[in-house]
Amino acid sequence: MRKRSAPSPIAFAAAAASPLKRLQRQLAPSAADALLSLGLVALILWAALQLLGWAMGRADWAVVQLNSMLLLVGRYPLAEQWRLWLLALLLALQAGLSWGLLRAWPRADRREQARLWPRHDRIAGLLLALLALLLPFALHLAGPLQWRWWLLAAVLLAGRWAAGRWGQQLPRRALKLVAVLWPLLYLLGFWLIGGGLGLAAVSPGDWGGLLLTLLMASFAMALSFPLGVLLALGRRSSLPLLRWGSVAYIEFIRGAPLITLLFVGQNILGFLLPGGASPDRIWRAAWVLTLFAAAYLAEAVRSGLAAVPPGQLEAARSLGLSQPQSMVLVVIPQALRVALPAMVGQFIALLQDTTLLSLIGLLDLLGTARGIMANPEFLGHSSELYLVLAVLYWGCCASLGLGSRALERRLDPRSVASRR
Amino acid sequence: MNGTPWWRDRRVLPWLLQAGVGLAVLVVVAWLMTNLVRNLSAAGLLLSWRWLGQPAGFDLSETLLPFNASMSYGRALLAGLLNTLRVIVFALVGSSLLGLLVGMAAFSRNGLLRGLARVYVELVRNVPLLLQLLFWYFVVFLALPDGAAALGWPALVLAKSGLYIAGFADGRWQLPQLLASGWQAPVHLSVEFAALLTGLITYIGAFIAEVVRGGIASVPAGQWEAASSLGLHGAAILRHIVLPQALRVIVPGLTNQYISLAKASSLALACGFTDLYSVAETTLNQTGRAVEVVLVLLAAYLAIDLLISAAMNGLNRLVQVRER
Repeated sequence: MRKRSAPSPIAFAAAAASPLKRLQRQLAPSAADALLSLGLVALILWAALQLLGWAMGRADWAVVQLNSMLLLVGRYPLAEQWRLWLLALLLALQAGLSWGLLRAWPRADRREQARLWPRHDRIAGLLLALLALLLPFALHLAGPLQWRWWLLAAVLLAGRWAAGRWGQQLPRRALKLVAVLWPLLYLLGFWLIGGGLGLAAVSPGDWGGLLLTLLMASFAMALSFPLGVLLALGRRSSLPLLRWGSVAYIEFIRGAPLITLLFVGQNILGFLLPGGASPDRIWRAAWVLTLFAAAYLAEAVRSGLAAVPPGQLEAARSLGLSQPQSMVLVVIPQALRVALPAMVGQFIALLQDTTLLSLIGLLDLLGTARGIMANPEFLGHSSELYLVLAVLYWGCCASLGLGSRALERRLDPRSVASRR
Repeated sequence: MNGTPWWRDRRVLPWLLQAGVGLAVLVVVAWLMTNLVRNLSAAGLLLSWRWLGQPAGFDLSETLLPFNASMSYGRALLAGLLNTLRVIVFALVGSSLLGLLVGMAAFSRNGLLRGLARVYVELVRNVPLLLQLLFWYFVVFLALPDGAAALGWPALVLAKSGLYIAGFADGRWQLPQLLASGWQAPVHLSVEFAALLTGLITYIGAFIAEVVRGGIASVPAGQWEAASSLGLHGAAILRHIVLPQALRVIVPGLTNQYISLAKASSLALACGFTDLYSVAETTLNQTGRAVEVVLVLLAAYLAIDLLISAAMNGLNRLVQVRER
């Protein structure tokens, strides 16, 4: 985290003062500020009480409880849902291992030995455990569901603990292995979800809810990344045709709202392919999302490329590397490191943009929720659904942001230098 | 002659590469176009603009241009475009003000205010805009009471039927009044428009707040210290010393946010507001003219984006501090 550059003249004095004094300096440095703080405290208390009163009293959570599976996986066949649980289990294990391994590395900005559970991790782990323990009761989940939920959390935390405990004893190759496991797991996930090769096929039309949202977002992220890098390289290329082609594509896509492009995908793509050979609606939308995200990602990568000093390329070339070699081995890794925050910003935007799929009639998380709200049985209980959706989206986006910041610290050049 | 074969010649290679890529793109585009023409002529929908003059047959709930169902598709699209522009102008002003306030609040001495600004930004930026728009429309604005129970202060009344604001009418200042037919006021915004505006302003405002915060943070700490040692106080330092310098960094970021605001306004559909996109969708459903409608949409949004960019580039030249 960068320090705020605005000076706080009281910061030094505050560090040494008593807690009460510190509170007074934070909340009431002057009489006017004291009044303002009082007003704000009253406002916050009022809002919190209103929300709590609503959540405990008037809100009827049955709409969420009865539809929890629909919101999570849509109309995915009940008999095949064990595949999703298996995938979730593998993902939890992988996430826990990656988290632990990241922590096992010494931090770039701290000299001391890495601790097993730094403060932020203690908080995050505790929150996770609490969430996993309480949520099944809050949602009144059935017994087996409850157990699976606890198993997921336990596997995640166990993976985190084991990797953090013994991660440092592993050779560095193990780290790369974990990085390679992610794409493999992704492909495995597609197989588990879609079926085929010995598993019963589940057509994309039956994917829905959070599953479809995450699938669409991750598909578009994975494919738009190489496309975006190519477009960014094209835009900085010295070959006029490549450069102008990339510029035209990027600016065209960035000039149009996503909804119009999705509209093109749904209404015109069918005309562009020979005689009715149009892919499924879901795949059409996925490709539009990918092509859309690639243009924005290209701009993020371009800013990273611009930040790499030209001397790097010259040095690589003078060492005898060819142009493509020096790009791939020297320039692009440095550019991606600089571009990482901007790229994650785009990924978060992409995850949020998947909600637009509900406007073209797909049943992503928001689309499913809107379907439930339209059901007369649940009329008047849209607030509960909106709140749950907001929490889900917020959690996904915020954890992407947190993960990116953690990765940024690990990719800091100083940490690489300290490990030779 | 040296011994380099032509396929490894540095002078030939770039052109070969470009020719290859160009040829591939041309072939793909030509193939797509052939398919398009063949499929469109098979469906009897070859490019034509005559449908623009035909009567639309649908009504728009609120327009700046007088419009009714017997008028043409062209006029319907124009009315939609004007509605879009109206939303953009209002939201642009509102989100700039909100963003400026929240961005400055991030540097307040008051810890609570700083924290609140942070919470607002983190909360709003991580929840999809579409969800927020639906929330504002269906949960907040459609649940408002109407008639005598409407919320409000004398100059501003918030009711289920819309937002009523005091203003000048017939040459004198008029407050919103409750008549037998409902509320009456010089300025009336429909509830759809008000919900859309609220959603856009809170969402884009959070992004603008981050731009403003980044801009203020880019001003060296020495500027604050020098200003306060000259005897200036918090607000005066911001107003006279810091903001003018921060604008250099803020304006380019603002341009991006304004353009994304213009594009985000196309979600008006979610609030039931008839903007350009929702008129275009209705038009497509009625005429089946997919290609033409998409061309109109893309051209309109591109023009709006270019307009914003041009205006902001002008502003950018104004605020750049001329250094000696």
